[in-house]
Amino acid sequence: MEGRIIGVSGSVVTASGLKSPKMNDIVLVGDDKLIGEIVKLDGDKAIIQVYEETAGLRLGDGVAESGEPLSVELGPGLLGAIFDGIQRPLDLIFRRTGTFIGRGIKVPALDREKRWHFKPKAKVGDRLDSAGEIGEVKETSLIKHRILVPPGLKGEVKKIAEEGDYTIEDAIAVLEDGGRRETIKMLSKWPVRIPRPIAGKLEPDMPLVTGQRVIDTFFPVAKGGTAAVPGGFGTGKTVILHEIAKWADADIIVYCGTGERGNEMTEILTTFPELKDPRSGKPLMDRTIMIANTSNMPVAAREASVYTSVAIAEYYRDMGYDVALMADSTSRWAEALREISGRLEEMPGEEGYPAYLGRKISEFYERAGKVKLLNGGTGSVTILGAVSPSGGDISEPVSQNTLRATRVFWALDSSLADSRHFPAINWLNSYSLYTEQLEDWYAGNAGKDWAAIRNKLMDTLQREAEINEIVQLVGYDSLPESDKLVLDTAKIIRESYLQQNAFDEIDTFSSTAKQYKMLKAIYNLNKAEERLIEKGTKMESIDTKEIKQGIMALRYTKDEDMGGILNKINKGIAELADRAA
Amino acid sequence: MEIEYRSVKRITNMLVFAEGIKDAAYGERVSITSADGKTIDGQVLATSEDITVIQAFGNTTGMNVDETKLRLSGTTFKIPVSEKMIGRIFDGLGRPRDGGVEIFSDDKRDINGSPINPYARSRPSEFIQTGISAIDCLNSLVRGQKLPIFSGSGLPHNRLAAQILRQATLLGGKTQKFYIVFGGIGISSEDANFFINEFKDSGALERAVVFMNLASDPSMERLILPRIALTAAEYLAFDKGAHVIVILTDITNYAEALREISAARDEIPARRGYPGYMYTDLASIFERAGKIKGKSGSITQIPILTMPSDDITHPIPDLVGYITEGQIVLNRGLNKKNIYPNIDVPLSLSRLMDQGIGAEQTREDHKGLSDQLYAAYAKGNEVRRMVEIIGEGALNESDKLYLRFADEFERRFINQDFMENRDIKTTLDLGWEILGILKKEDMTRIKPEFLERYGKWKSQ
Repeated sequence: MEGRIIGVSGSVVTASGLKSPKMNDIVLVGDDKLIGEIVKLDGDKAIIQVYEETAGLRLGDGVAESGEPLSVELGPGLLGAIFDGIQRPLDLIFRRTGTFIGRGIKVPALDREKRWHFKPKAKVGDRLDSAGEIGEVKETSLIKHRILVPPGLKGEVKKIAEEGDYTIEDAIAVLEDGGRRETIKMLSKWPVRIPRPIAGKLEPDMPLVTGQRVIDTFFPVAKGGTAAVPGGFGTGKTVILHEIAKWADADIIVYCGTGERGNEMTEILTTFPELKDPRSGKPLMDRTIMIANTSNMPVAAREASVYTSVAIAEYYRDMGYDVALMADSTSRWAEALREISGRLEEMPGEEGYPAYLGRKISEFYERAGKVKLLNGGTGSVTILGAVSPSGGDISEPVSQNTLRATRVFWALDSSLADSRHFPAINWLNSYSLYTEQLEDWYAGNAGKDWAAIRNKLMDTLQREAEINEIVQLVGYDSLPESDKLVLDTAKIIRESYLQQNAFDEIDTFSSTAKQYKMLKAIYNLNKAEERLIEKGTKMESIDTKEIKQGIMALRYTKDEDMGGILNKINKGIAELADRAA
Repeated sequence: MEIEYRSVKRITNMLVFAEGIKDAAYGERVSITSADGKTIDGQVLATSEDITVIQAFGNTTGMNVDETKLRLSGTTFKIPVSEKMIGRIFDGLGRPRDGGVEIFSDDKRDINGSPINPYARSRPSEFIQTGISAIDCLNSLVRGQKLPIFSGSGLPHNRLAAQILRQATLLGGKTQKFYIVFGGIGISSEDANFFINEFKDSGALERAVVFMNLASDPSMERLILPRIALTAAEYLAFDKGAHVIVILTDITNYAEALREISAARDEIPARRGYPGYMYTDLASIFERAGKIKGKSGSITQIPILTMPSDDITHPIPDLVGYITEGQIVLNRGLNKKNIYPNIDVPLSLSRLMDQGIGAEQTREDHKGLSDQLYAAYAKGNEVRRMVEIIGEGALNESDKLYLRFADEFERRFINQDFMENRDIKTTLDLGWEILGILKKEDMTRIKPEFLERYGKWKSQ
């Protein structure tokens, strides 16, 4: 006999009479078979968090067991798709039920009918371990989907499908290990709350190049690293994550919109298919997977959405790809934890959040990393998490726990946003713990003096803040000329370099080469002026208007067209240097 | 099969606890009748084998434990929808309050709606001209957006909302159905009269559906009212193809009611006594704005809230700001200077602006001009703070220009008459004219070609 509902409170349902309930097993609740997960067992009673709207459930309604934990379906067809927090395909649901998401809809995550062109890589007689390569499928124009032996399985290849078109449920190989035979399909499953196994973690040593100047130059994140983006509303968290999703040099982007606006997902869905990857020229959608559990969708599925996202990210990592996962916003996920914890009547920690908030946050970020794979290859998952602190004050628990678990902090500043300085990343408070690890890469890929120039310009920005305090007291005119130069250079850095227009076709992405050239121009201009001032020249008699306009113009100029402007800038700087000589 | 239960065990101001109701559904509508025959509506908040918790939408005064009767309706909260609602005034539960007949329709909708599939949304991108410069140029509103007004006690948010409703037009306007859904949540009868008179004077009442819960009406109805209003709006927008602007005022009263019921249920509060699920709850209202693929209508929401002690970090404006697509903030200082509308430009924001402006919608120079005005006004305000410390005499020439710019920007650009309807071209040209106070080389946010084409500088 199946179980029966004996209580309903919001998304939490209590049932009794289940035959063999296990923690985190999936159950189907009520006549509509709403999907729920067992989160607590108490004698005969099972407490279930339900991933769909519970209105209308009655005492006595049935509860059926699935015997399986919450899992994702993995296989070709993930790329370009949009799922909800428990991996139901929103595009297929739209076709089936229209505008609004009805309850109890059962649509498999991956298309069972579609045929994929499979190329075998292994031969009969090969011995394959976990993560050994069976074959591959060209999933999109950008990505080869490698079909690997699922974790935990190994054996000798007894049968393998010939090159041809197969559905994800067709058998493509048979492995035999100690007399046990295992049929392998392209479709596999993985429980979302458990990290996929790896051989070990590696030290991150390459940046995730984002094309965002303030990030790449001053606060870079490594491939396999973690970054937190806390900021009050209107400071541009989502725009930054969207920009990185568009331009970062990751192979795969998993974008998890959790508890946020529906229109933001629409934004991605409408713009990404039209945008081209700056490196390959292929549509960005071909490398993107979206998980959308917007703020009006059931709160329990919001809790699950980050795990669904990271499990999918790990799956592509295991094929040897660099995956970047954006979670917007982890605060909404934390609030989902809080809401469910409250309904379970657990004793709260800070601000009503459960006592295990910190553990959950650090466990999530720990699933990032550059890793040695089971098959000896490498892959990485980079996690970038937006945080929405209440009142914009990052002393609250979600921000603080996130900062402890992450290594890069992009501090969004509402006063910068108010004056429309975007991205509104405060250069005085932000930090990256990867800067030193990545210096070698920048020296080799941008220029040997990258670190020196970067440090000098960062120093100028910090000096500016100090000098501005003095200006508040004594006025600009009484400053020494060297301080006036600091202010002047800092202004160029802020306006021509740190600011970047996400809505301008060219300015939205700056290659590393372009960043280096811009930095170098600002640096050289500053050096030339410094020498003039040492000779007793007054700032007001140094005319740098055209050079500054040139540097600004670089922002809006394509890499290949920069030559003319750079020549002009260099000529101007050379003239200044001549004057000083 | 109507069963009457007389198993009430406990009654509070807004909750009724009953035993032994075995077949109550979560969220089911219940009627609660007292000994003297007075009936109020209620809704099941939690069920268990021992006790059923019912939220009462009305006054429990005079009810007692022994004689109060409960009757289950068999369904969740639904309202009949029809185009006959247009031109009518209802209360917080959807009952007529204008003396007219009840709405009858076979089409009954659950007031909680269902979440819009994110995949079904289409991108809001049609510019709505409000005729107000500080909105049209700097914080443009688009169809399907949710853009709240953050105000404070005693500030003219009602006038601003009324002006927007009077003037709102779509550029290049195809004549399409355009309706107003107005939800007054716990507002004073004077505010209610202001809006109703304004609607009558401008003729807007004929295309408006009005829901009113006055300050003196039961507070629990405030939790129902926005959901009923949006159910009506969804019907008009997505079934009847109309463009609907929804005004909900005052969201602060809604949040207070939410806190009241949460406290009554002994829930663990998050900040300042508001429940931890307030974000989700508010989102279930605001996310009902939008445009849908393949449907011609749209829902644009302009909720109004008063920030307690003008504090934008208070949980109510804070959570609303995280859900909505920007905010129009009103400023007390500007109000004292007699600037109307007293829109606080630096704090205001429209997130969907960029997709609703530009060559095809408004004009090619719009974005750059707007950014430059923002930056220049921020700089002007910075100079003002400096003047307070070091005096105007110590300013350099450039700073003095910014000071003048900030004054003129407030006096001529932000400021306009309650009856003044500026079209977008007038607004943009005015912006260029005031920028002309500053030096041309300071225009770092504007593309050089637009500077040449629209700038008011004499060629240097």
